[in-house]
Amino acid sequence: MFYPNLIKERKTIMSEKNLRYSLYLGCVIPNRYPFIEQSIRNTFKELGIELVDMQGASCCPAPGVFRGFDITTWLVIGARNISIAEENEADITLGCNGCYGTLLEVNHLLKHDKKKRDMVNKHLAKIGREFKGTIEVKHLIEVLYYDFGIDKLKDYIKIKFPDLRVGVHYGCHILKDSSNRPWGGEYEEPRFFDELVEITGAKSIDYKDKIMCCGAGGAVRTASLEVSLDFTREKLENMRKVNVDCCIVCCPFCHLQMDLGQMQVNDKFKDIIGESYKIPIIYYNQLLGLAMGMNPGDLGLVAGHDLKGVPPFISIQPLIQKIKEQMI
Amino acid sequence: MEDLKSDRILEIKDDISNELRKAGYAEIGACIQCGNCTAGCPSGRRTALRTRSIIRKAILGLEEVLSDKELWLCTTCYTCFERCPRNLPITDMIIFLRNLAVQRGYILPNHLNLCRMFYDTGHGVPINDEKWNIMRESYGVNRVPPTVHTDPKYVKEVQELISSVGFDKTIAWGKYAKKEEKAEKK
Ligand code: SF4
Ligand code: SF4
Repeated sequence: MFYPNLIKERKTIMSEKNLRYSLYLGCVIPNRYPFIEQSIRNTFKELGIELVDMQGASCCPAPGVFRGFDITTWLVIGARNISIAEENEADITLGCNGCYGTLLEVNHLLKHDKKKRDMVNKHLAKIGREFKGTIEVKHLIEVLYYDFGIDKLKDYIKIKFPDLRVGVHYGCHILKDSSNRPWGGEYEEPRFFDELVEITGAKSIDYKDKIMCCGAGGAVRTASLEVSLDFTREKLENMRKVNVDCCIVCCPFCHLQMDLGQMQVNDKFKDIIGESYKIPIIYYNQLLGLAMGMNPGDLGLVAGHDLKGVPPFISIQPLIQKIKEQMI
Repeated sequence: MEDLKSDRILEIKDDISNELRKAGYAEIGACIQCGNCTAGCPSGRRTALRTRSIIRKAILGLEEVLSDKELWLCTTCYTCFERCPRNLPITDMIIFLRNLAVQRGYILPNHLNLCRMFYDTGHGVPINDEKWNIMRESYGVNRVPPTVHTDPKYVKEVQELISSVGFDKTIAWGKYAKKEEKAEKK
């Protein structure tokens, strides 16, 4: 809405043949859902996309949480993270809608507002850093869809899963503010994520209020767990009604909310939901990797530990079983 | 017969709307109170959050817009932002109102804890138990991720920035931290 020219401005600083990005991890992926990290690193390696680590990166900081507490802090810490990628001389790619919201907005604001940039750089100078405005911030879904290209991605698909019914969950900040997201202004009925899912042969099943929020964001999960879980309950109910085999996400906070949150919904709302929900939550790169013929053990789909109280909280075995059947 | 009392708002304070204008949200004056924002709000479906009335209270300068817990029930899903026929950047304005609330001391204890976690570790969700390291290893990624967790000097950088901005003072960590230090010494 605010930056109508951004889509035209977006360009990539590397040539098409040599895709190279700074991988921004955020908090939830590396610290709670490391199997997502495994699936991102390994699928990108298989596709020949180089990922450079961002040494010393912090929380993005979260767009609804810390931005809600203090916008200046959010800008300055966000700029510090971006400055690490600028030193790498590689655009940022990331797998979290929240981090995407923050780093994309901070990058855009500071590139276009000299006064803000000067203010931020005055703070950064104290730790010997600077925001230069030399890179772009891209969700990995965007990298796969545009930079690598969905058509080229199709060439890498070795196995298809035509019997798989998938509930696609976009999440919010990958789509909105739609004026500075790369989807041509579409936010009510986007298709790009469904298309990426469907190249694996799986069917993306429409369900009620598909674009609705998972309920975790905006510091609501911390403010009122019950309210936040009620969003999740509604989403799960709408997906169960159309009988999906799994839900595919592209954000670890949505992942957490639909996985850990699903377990909590099953407990807190047991009187109104009837049977417990059992919808496996899978990150996009995990599904993509399977379709590329990769080993489930390289995609975070096989737990090599016997730890208690760690994700996934909702068993993914029924899905793995179903996929195995389709592979024979 | 009892005296009649007017329940009309006789005095419109403009401090909150002026703060919004100063921060670049002059659009607040364009709101026609149509209620489109409330109609599409997934949080309003299940809570007392009424987006339209947040905007109205901000225009009228009612302090309750900052003190009501509802301000913290917006998930920042940006639906209202996209659908407002008058192009108000509503979600961003809610975030700005939250900033004002925090400045005036309205912050939930849980959120304050989150701030301290962020200050202490550089993460909103840090590795605070070895099981997460073990889990990482079992999935074939480095035991310690290449983030602030690799070296305390990075956490220091984050802390220096937070102090430089003055956010530590806004929510009075300085004060709390010093009190705790004193208590520890004793
Ligand atoms: S949708 Fe926009 S114009 Fe309508 S009430 Fe909400 S903020 Fe005001
Ligand atoms: S951004 Fe907040 S207020 Fe607006 S529709 Fe979403 S939850 Fe409601």
